[in-house]
Amino acid sequence: MPKLKIEDLDKIAVQQQRKMNVREGAGRAKITVHMGTCGIAAGARTIMTAFLQEIETNNVTDVIVTTSACAGLCSREPMATVELVGQAPVKYVDLTDEKARKIFKEHIVAGKFVQAYALSIGSERIQ
Amino acid sequence: MEDLSLHILDIAENSINAGATLIDIVIREQKTQDMLTLEIRDNGTGMDDATVVSTRNPFYTTRTTRRIGLGLPLLEEATRAADGMLEIVSRTGAGTDIRATFRLSHIDRKPLGDMAATIVMLVAGNPDINFTYRHEHESETFTFSTKEIRLKYPGLDFNSPETLSFIRDYIREYTASFS
Ligand SMILES: Nc1ncnc2c1ncn2[C@@H]1O[C@H](COP(=O)(O)OP(=O)(O)OP(=O)(O)O)[C@@H](O)[C@H]1O
Ligand SMILES: [Mg+2]
Repeated sequence: MPKLKIEDLDKIAVQQQRKMNVREGAGRAKITVHMGTCGIAAGARTIMTAFLQEIETNNVTDVIVTTSACAGLCSREPMATVELVGQAPVKYVDLTDEKARKIFKEHIVAGKFVQAYALSIGSERIQ
Repeated sequence: MEDLSLHILDIAENSINAGATLIDIVIREQKTQDMLTLEIRDNGTGMDDATVVSTRNPFYTTRTTRRIGLGLPLLEEATRAADGMLEIVSRTGAGTDIRATFRLSHIDRKPLGDMAATIVMLVAGNPDINFTYRHEHESETFTFSTKEIRLKYPGLDFNSPETLSFIRDYIREYTASFS
């Protein structure tokens, strides 16, 4: 099988150009995965990979995943914040690959936030 | 930290927090010298000499959310466990160069891990930063550079699922035979 070449981006660049002309604005939802040494050691990259895979397999085009510096809640890592346009951001804690995929399906796709994994108000503790 | 690619992600995050716009990651495997070298160079704010010394101490951090900084001490521990060492070269205003060495064949040398996932995460979170990943493996050298891609495809959306999947597959394919 021939190896991928950087030129294989030609097609992606053209497609993006076409999409850009149709849709405007950044998207419907933003997922932020928190980094920092604690987050990374606890599995932040696995969570990121899970969200990206869900986006890919579900062919979702209006959700972006990004990262941010550590949120300071090391004991609850890995953490991610989900923000749907026009709604308050929800912080999810103690994530795993499966929890991330469930959040994707229920919160991002279906629009119902997953209370069981959300950070409950008042439980924040900065170390 | 389970593997070296996670340490690299963590050290590159320091560069991002230091305002870097250019981050070069180099992995050098030298079988004949039985040596593995990781290098993360950035053009961020840099540190003065006293700060460089303090970073060896976990109780040093400039972050405001927590009173300890673990990234560099953990990497240093990983190098020591495999007969290597951590070098930090930095100057205020001139960026930082972190070099970690390991004995390649050391039983306690952590595996390299998933560099494709590390680069994808860095690019997704920081699409405007120019990242270069160079991997020297015996006589082969693999280079991936978002700066070169940007020059060729101005306006390419790096944080799009298609671009990120491409980057993941591209790096995987070329580094599959590496350690
Ligand atoms: N590339 C860099 N450029 C400038 N300053 C740096 C760089 N790397 C580290 N530092 C300084 O050294 C400190 C310690 O870094 P270290 O990675 O050990 O901990 P941290 O980033 O503060 O916290 P943690 O890694 O645990 O999330 C940082 O807070 C920062 O002040
Ligand atoms: Mg750090």
